[in-house]
Amino acid sequence: MAIDAATVRRVAHLARIKTPEDRLEPLAAELNGILAWIEQLNEVDVTGVEPMTSNVAQPMRLRDDVVTDGNKVADVLGNAPRSADGFFVVPKVVE
Amino acid sequence: MVSMTDNTKLIQGRTGPWEIVMGLEIHAQVASKAKLFSGAAVGFGAGPNEQVSLVDAGFPGMLPTLNKYCVEQAVRTGLGLNAQINRRSQFDRKNYFYPDLPTGYQISQLYFPIVGEGVVEVEAEDGSFFNVGIERLHLEQDAGKLIHDLSPTESYVDLNRAGTALMEIVSRPDIRSPEEAVAYVKKIRTILIYLGTCDGDMEKGNLRADVNVSVCREGQYAKYKATGDFSHLGTRCEIKNVNSFRFISQAINYEARRQIEILEDGGKIDQETRLYDPTAGETRSMRSKEEAMDYRYFPDPDLLPLELEQAWIDDIKASLPELPDAKRRRLMADYGLSQYDAVVLISEQAKADYFEAAAKGRDAKLVSNWVTNEVSARLAADGKDFSENPLPAAHVAQLVELIETNVISSKIAKQVFDLVWSGEGSPAEVVEKHGLKQVTDTGAIEKAIDEIIAANPDKAAGVAEKPQSLGWFVGQVMKATGGKANPAAVNDILKAKLGL
Repeated sequence: MAIDAATVRRVAHLARIKTPEDRLEPLAAELNGILAWIEQLNEVDVTGVEPMTSNVAQPMRLRDDVVTDGNKVADVLGNAPRSADGFFVVPKVVE
Repeated sequence: MVSMTDNTKLIQGRTGPWEIVMGLEIHAQVASKAKLFSGAAVGFGAGPNEQVSLVDAGFPGMLPTLNKYCVEQAVRTGLGLNAQINRRSQFDRKNYFYPDLPTGYQISQLYFPIVGEGVVEVEAEDGSFFNVGIERLHLEQDAGKLIHDLSPTESYVDLNRAGTALMEIVSRPDIRSPEEAVAYVKKIRTILIYLGTCDGDMEKGNLRADVNVSVCREGQYAKYKATGDFSHLGTRCEIKNVNSFRFISQAINYEARRQIEILEDGGKIDQETRLYDPTAGETRSMRSKEEAMDYRYFPDPDLLPLELEQAWIDDIKASLPELPDAKRRRLMADYGLSQYDAVVLISEQAKADYFEAAAKGRDAKLVSNWVTNEVSARLAADGKDFSENPLPAAHVAQLVELIETNVISSKIAKQVFDLVWSGEGSPAEVVEKHGLKQVTDTGAIEKAIDEIIAANPDKAAGVAEKPQSLGWFVGQVMKATGGKANPAAVNDILKAKLGL
């Protein structure tokens, strides 16, 4: 799978990572290098092996339906660049 | 079964008839106390960001832990939709950036949903039934809420709803008209309320629908049905978050018309997300969402696959209540009710229970009429539903018994009902207290009739030529007896005395 500059631009935009035009080609080359390296895994025969979803073989732990958290507005807003009256405040987004 | 080309489902365009095809995604909020992956409370009316944990707010290093109750409600709902329960399912991340989504991804289930295919039987307005296929039901998180009117230049974000558990119920494109869409959502809502898995409160946004609308030429849907090939259908647009039955119908009508006009002008439909604006009565494109259409789903590495024990699923199944369809069939079979009456009664679980409590040993049709007419109307006027009904079912039973045993007439029964509703006591007490017993004593009725005939000799003589004037005499007798005379007895005696 070859990644071109256009793909890098698109992925960078989707991830909201600002990427100057002159970095697109070098990044594409780097990403293609990483992918080619990982593609070595295709050499392993995995016929009949179930896909691994986790490296811990245990069932998922579940929680009871009990309220144990919340009422920490100051903590929740602690890192917000802007807040007011208990709300986060962000630049206007309107549909 | 309505035929695919039933004319009632066609929309006439300038260039010929079109068909509408719809699939719905219903988002139903799980009636849980805590959120899907955190211990913060779910609820309505708390102060901004009070029901938020650091997990919901997307703080680094916070890990989600799945709420078992929410899983149980999804399974319960799946069973209620006659759907396959997947013993193994998995959570995925749906990635996009929006200020109401602090983590930058929504945890959902794309590849392996907890519930697979099912089917729902829906009553159409004309009393016929149609089936809507369920494609899947999956668990996912709700987003936060944006408030735009607190500042002209900024949006305010409240994350109280962020992380609340939703069940997304995805239908097959089996819905063919705005009326069917509304009937389908009503049916799903009724099932959810019976199951207790979602409160169905649309005003609070606890149940809302995304409607996928496409149009195609007459006959194309039948081809899709025969082959399963979607290329026979038109390009669809998704109308997001419609939260009332009226808006669902309006939005579909507008959107179908819009698409037909574009196609008839030789244009093509762009697959896109649209928003219904109830004030303007139109749908418009949500461009900002378009940009983010590439969600780059992948399995959430913070969550292991969800594996369910068959025994647990069986336990949930054993605990299901009688569902609306089964209840409808039983009411028809056990009480001899018409389908129409049964459908009206089962629309609310408490209404059906109320009917059954009142109908024991009584004329079921009569009880059904009182429950679905008078009692329903009074509750509606007070803005209540049957779960808040102040009138004991025994009072309705007693009222019907008084009518059945000819103690009161149907006409007087309305008056009795008014007095009972206003708290004057049981029907029997009210009848006693206000002297409303029907006069079946023929002597008393005869006496009243004799007096009226004596006072109106001309009318009495003319009744042979004008039999319709008998009604006038009946009215006079009822007036003389305060409406308490048995109407059948009055008629018989009048006819005998007037020689008819």
